Amino acid sequence: MTAYRPDGLEDTFATAGSDADTSDATDPAHGDATGTARAGSVTPGPRAAGERDTTAAQLPSLGFVGWARWAWRQLTSMRVALLLLMLLAVAAVPGTMFPQNSQDPAKVAEYLVDHPTLGPWLDRLGFFDVYSSIWFSAIYLMLFISLVGCILPRARAHLGALRGRPPRTPRRLTRFPARADATSDATPEQVVLAARDAMRRGPAWLPFVRSYRVDVHDEGQGTWSVSAERGYLRETGNLVFHLALVGLLVSIAAGQMLHYRGQAIILQGRGMANAVKEYDTFEKGTAFREDSLQPFTVRLDDFTARFDEETLEPRDFAAYVTVTDPDGTPHAETIKVNHPLERDGGKIYLQGNGYAPELTVRDGSGEVAFAGAVPFLPQDEVYTSRGVVKVPDVSDDQPQIGLVGYLLPTAVEVADGLFRSVHPQPDSPLLVLSVWSGNLGLDTGVPQNAYQLDESRMEQAVDDSGKAITLYLRPGETVELPDGLGSVTFGDVSRYVALDLRHDPALTYVLVFSLAAFAGLAASLFAPRRRLWIRATPTAGAGTSEGRPAPDGQPAPDGQPAPDGKPAADGQHASAGEQCAGEHGARDHGAREHGAREQGADGAGPSQGSTVVTAAGLARGDDVGLQPELERVLVAALAAADRVQHTSGPKPHGADRAPDAQRVTDEEKA
Amino acid sequence: MNTGDLSTLLVWAAATAFTIALIAYTVDLARLADNAQRREGADADAAGAAAVQDRANVPATAGVGAGAGSSARVSSPLSGSATGGGSVSAVAGSAAEAAPGRSPRAEGIARSTTYLGSALLFVAIVLRGVAAGRWPTANMYEFTLVGVFVATTVLAIVQRRRVIAFLGVVVMGIAVTALVVALESFFVRADAVRPALQNYWLVLHVGVAIIATGIFTVAFATAVLQVLRHGRETGRSHLDHPWKSADGLRQAFSGLAVTGPRFRWLEQVPDARRLEALSFRLNAVAFVLWTLTLIGGAIWAEDAWGRYWNWDSKEVGTFVAWVVYAGYLHARTTRGWSGRKAAYFVFVGYACVLANFTVVNLVLPGLHSYAF
Ligand code: HEM
Repeated sequence: MTAYRPDGLEDTFATAGSDADTSDATDPAHGDATGTARAGSVTPGPRAAGERDTTAAQLPSLGFVGWARWAWRQLTSMRVALLLLMLLAVAAVPGTMFPQNSQDPAKVAEYLVDHPTLGPWLDRLGFFDVYSSIWFSAIYLMLFISLVGCILPRARAHLGALRGRPPRTPRRLTRFPARADATSDATPEQVVLAARDAMRRGPAWLPFVRSYRVDVHDEGQGTWSVSAERGYLRETGNLVFHLALVGLLVSIAAGQMLHYRGQAIILQGRGMANAVKEYDTFEKGTAFREDSLQPFTVRLDDFTARFDEETLEPRDFAAYVTVTDPDGTPHAETIKVNHPLERDGGKIYLQGNGYAPELTVRDGSGEVAFAGAVPFLPQDEVYTSRGVVKVPDVSDDQPQIGLVGYLLPTAVEVADGLFRSVHPQPDSPLLVLSVWSGNLGLDTGVPQNAYQLDESRMEQAVDDSGKAITLYLRPGETVELPDGLGSVTFGDVSRYVALDLRHDPALTYVLVFSLAAFAGLAASLFAPRRRLWIRATPTAGAGTSEGRPAPDGQPAPDGQPAPDGKPAADGQHASAGEQCAGEHGARDHGAREHGAREQGADGAGPSQGSTVVTAAGLARGDDVGLQPELERVLVAALAAADRVQHTSGPKPHGADRAPDAQRVTDEEKA
Repeated sequence: MNTGDLSTLLVWAAATAFTIALIAYTVDLARLADNAQRREGADADAAGAAAVQDRANVPATAGVGAGAGSSARVSSPLSGSATGGGSVSAVAGSAAEAAPGRSPRAEGIARSTTYLGSALLFVAIVLRGVAAGRWPTANMYEFTLVGVFVATTVLAIVQRRRVIAFLGVVVMGIAVTALVVALESFFVRADAVRPALQNYWLVLHVGVAIIATGIFTVAFATAVLQVLRHGRETGRSHLDHPWKSADGLRQAFSGLAVTGPRFRWLEQVPDARRLEALSFRLNAVAFVLWTLTLIGGAIWAEDAWGRYWNWDSKEVGTFVAWVVYAGYLHARTTRGWSGRKAAYFVFVGYACVLANFTVVNLVLPGLHSYAF
């Protein structure tokens, strides 16, 4: 199993277990042997080019291909991934310090006016569009290329590992972070088979899910061992996480291309159709097709707003609408903030609301030149709203009229002629207008902002002393316009809402990939990846139940003194002296059966401690649970082995089994 | 007095309890440092040996019985990573455990005032929720309360078996400062929220973000201690060698070198590897929660603003912190970057988390500003 690893990845686990038969493979310090070897064959790219060290094997890698491979190795190395991640973090920051065109173009314009020298430079360098700038895109694209280059080979290697077997038991088990030894009077085979079963069993709360993949080895001379591995989910999780990030990026990009977003203001009692030209603003991705819009209509029946009486903070907004399907079926619906209305895969949001005074303007000859509700845009918490009325359709020869001013929903006179709104509800509305006349400039061909008056060809009405004239209107009032321009009537105040319709077909994918990334991340951080090895060796001189001759000491060719003997004796004392309180379940059981056997078998079993058991464990990264798990497995295995040995061990007494079992259950009842 | 006022009062009480805990932890730490310095004079050799021994990871042994016929004697020489465990304190046999000089009384006081403060704060948070008639995570004041509660609770869990005074000092220092700032500057009357905030995501998204922040806080304290301890272990300090310029400045601070006598107490905290493991585990949990915050935020933004990602300044801040912590996880596994250098990522990441909470809310404009 030679798993691909990105250059620079420190991974004791992958190396330590893979060829564990060489005794020093367990040494983390040698962990990078393969990595360096691999890197070594590639490095010639940049360096060897100018050097004499051009062996035949390296010749083809010179030049462009060599460089390309070198660059690719660098790009997919852990160090570069780290660098790119940090660059990404740094590059994202300016977007919060400078106004962004995508969020607030007005602020950008203002900034450009305030900073006439610096501004244009920042603009050129993309600081007002950070997240679509070349440099920001370059960083994340490189990061994702690096990610793919790093993850795909890893995924391939992992697929191989999934089909592989746990690495064989290393000859020496002494150099692992978790270790345990024990003695047992079951045979090595019994111990190892019991250990295999113990590890195959899943966790207590999920016993059918195998936690370990297990291999049993008969190592000859009576020695048996078992190697086990679990936690493939960890690597799977890591791969799922990284690949899901790629999926996320692709879906976001797809959404950018296919999406559309339209904004429209709808007055109370009016409606609009879902068509590009009906929206006040419409924004779309490059792959959007206009005929994909469903021609339904929306009508605003009513709108309600609730405010906190003390703080005047909004508490609830609700727009009651009628949506009519293309086939003419109407549906009554409610749209609230946080509760968009779903339509044909798109969503309609309640983005804003405000007041629209109903105005009638008559020109100098008494003809109605304008009649209708005009949306005024709220400027503050108490809905002081600003608006413009453009009256182009006046009788011949008369100047066009523009009215600019504020609507105060609850007006209070704070000083002589100075009004302020004190509440957002329309309890005592007042309209404050200034009057302009001349040419509105609507026919110049330049698109105009409906909420802005182009004053360049207009003149403001002033009184005799040259002071600008201000008109004050309450609902129901009519006021004469100055200079014989006509009159204006303030009918009533109606409501309007700003709706935002958005359709992004990639949304589901964005969500699915995010959740996959989350699940993968959790698995890769929390699923333990562990290897356990248990070896059982017959002690010198002790007979085994198969009557196999016991080997001389341990198979420890590296000259290490056999760890049996003394520890075994120690172990006896330990078990007699310090009974570990945590394990009664298993032990009680074993002890009880042990007692039962002694009565049945009359002490004919093999001598105690005939088998020396050594165990070791290795985990990926820090793993608190490794040592406890090793101990748990060992204890369970020993108990089970005892049980097996005692019930089936001495063959001649096999007939006693039934009464024994009977007795055990009786005892259990008692 | 209404429920809201009672809640505020309890927050003051919690802040007081935490102040006492802070003092007790500080006394404990000072006692530790004192005794360590005194002993240095007395038996420098023995202490040196202890330090060496600590570094070499004395084998931890434990007997495990397994039935009458078998016995397992479990020894784990490198148990540092294996049994160092959810509690650093589970380490048997290290020099740290044996080291005298800690103050059991101060530790007792610190521990009980930590529990008391957390309990008071918990009640305060619940009452706050009752007074406002909603989940209490809707403004900076409430964020701070909940965040401090999480941090002190995690601290209590980490310290449940053995008190690491330094962690207590750092976390309690941050907790008391945060509570006082919250009470003095962030306080707003308990009240309902505007429509954009009326959503169960207020619970999920904001709640998870605050829990993550609390855990990041303890992880940060652990990483600081790890770096100090690492400096002590390797016997290297930037203050030991002459600086090219401003060497006078260096000399002025040379008493603060981690290798100096003032930091002898560092030998009695768990070794750097174990602290790294603890910091990693906390950071890993918090990072997963932070990821959930990002995803939850995007889902909520999609509902409330009609776009799941708008590069709003809060979104950018959260994203930057996330990327830095992803960098941390990468650094840990990158050759030449693990250990002390990876801990620097934790510092940067935590700074991002704090800035995202303070600077972004208070200074930068954005859709999230109304959370304040
Ligand atoms: C969008 C950019 C990336 C992000 C946000 C990211 C995030 C993460 C996170 C959070 C982890 C921790 C999960 C774990 O420990 O298993 C991780 C692990 C990892 N990442 Fe990435 N990553 C990115 C790009 C890359 C790239 C470009 C590479 C390859 C050079 C890479 C290689 C790895 C590897 C090998 C691990 C596993 C480390 C281990 O074995 O513990 N990642 N990544």
